[in-house]
Amino acid sequence: MNKTDVLIIGAGPTGLFCAHQLGIIGLNCEIVDNLDKAGGQCIELYPDKPIYDIPAVPECTGEELTNNLLQQIKPFNIKFHLNERVEELKKNQNRWHVRTSGGVKFDVAAIIIAGGVGSFEPRKFPVKECEKFEGNNLFYSIKDKSIFKDKTISIFGGGDSALDWAIELSNTSKVNLIHRRDGFSGAEASVQKVKELNDQGKLNLFTKCQMHSVVGDKNIESVKIKHDEGDIKEIKSDYVLGFFGLIMQLGPILDWGLNINKKTVEVNTENFETNINSIFAIGDICSYPGKLKLILSGFHEGALAARGCFKYAKPDEKLRFEFTTTSKAAQERLGIKK
Amino acid sequence: MAKITYHTQDNKTHTIDVQNGLTVMEGAVQNDIPGIDADCGGGMACATCHVYVKEEWLDKLPAKEDGEEDMLDMAFEPKNNSRLSCQLIVSDELDGLEVNIPSKQG
Repeated sequence: MNKTDVLIIGAGPTGLFCAHQLGIIGLNCEIVDNLDKAGGQCIELYPDKPIYDIPAVPECTGEELTNNLLQQIKPFNIKFHLNERVEELKKNQNRWHVRTSGGVKFDVAAIIIAGGVGSFEPRKFPVKECEKFEGNNLFYSIKDKSIFKDKTISIFGGGDSALDWAIELSNTSKVNLIHRRDGFSGAEASVQKVKELNDQGKLNLFTKCQMHSVVGDKNIESVKIKHDEGDIKEIKSDYVLGFFGLIMQLGPILDWGLNINKKTVEVNTENFETNINSIFAIGDICSYPGKLKLILSGFHEGALAARGCFKYAKPDEKLRFEFTTTSKAAQERLGIKK
Repeated sequence: MAKITYHTQDNKTHTIDVQNGLTVMEGAVQNDIPGIDADCGGGMACATCHVYVKEEWLDKLPAKEDGEEDMLDMAFEPKNNSRLSCQLIVSDELDGLEVNIPSKQG
């Protein structure tokens, strides 16, 4: 059981800065995120795209913003729990007991949901019968590539993941790469490599095709793919892989009894607390009259939510408002030596 | 101002006056038309504002910019008449546009 003052759900810019604000006022926190790295949408959706509306930062990329925020919270030695999704909350007297998908447990005084538009999950095939093969013969990510050796693999997608795996697996497996158009979004060098392998007969490329259906009872035997022109081809397959990027899903948050409105959590604007005491929501996931989905708004919301947590974490103490320029306590917490 | 017609999965038709300068996505979201999630808020980064454009409008719309087709690879059941509605900026020329909203965004 990890015992701390506050659990932050979501390691995007809002969650990261909120951790800083908690640290400044002397509260400890730990952060959970479903992705394998911090940064949230900034890292997952637009690491290279410039952002122009961070106050006092004329221009920076999503990656730079994330790195700067991580740098800023370094003095607080915050523990991250990545690749974990929060599944369950239980009230235990004045505390919350929290459990994640990987079985990590927390005992906290308050929870701050900074979950953006939800947790990132792989996008799945539209074809219904894919579900029953998922995890056995059909995957959206690869954990153990050795299972594919000497098998026939049908890979769907046109981005870097699809191309890279098609190239890699073509060394040891029979690979079919199926994509909906002639163009690819993956790196040009990979596209060239895939075309070469196709010309050499080391890989079969099918473009302007999409999945039509999967054939098989317990295991996949083949997939049927449909060309833009309408003809359907059946290709033998032992395994099917789909790489269509990630989509954001609200997931278990929906079951916690929060007031949800259009995939967002309703909060007050005094301290961004939800309808449940000691659960706060900040950033893109919260809604209130006038809400702007900007990173700078998330920073403001996090500063107030952090202070809102104080009375739950330290019920016998009073929080004094202080500036980092002059507060000795804040400077000590930041590790500043004078 | 342009009249934009959204056909939703529940077989309903919504015809809305959308101000010039807004996107077809914003027209739907601001008028509570179901089926357009627009998770990224119009940044062409998520493919959850995917629509099917009525065939006769395909050539009349501004061409896709770099990146829209890449994002459409990720959309749920993309077709030849797929567009991201956040990239369709409303003007008088779009008056009468009809789009179908897919059964799911992901």
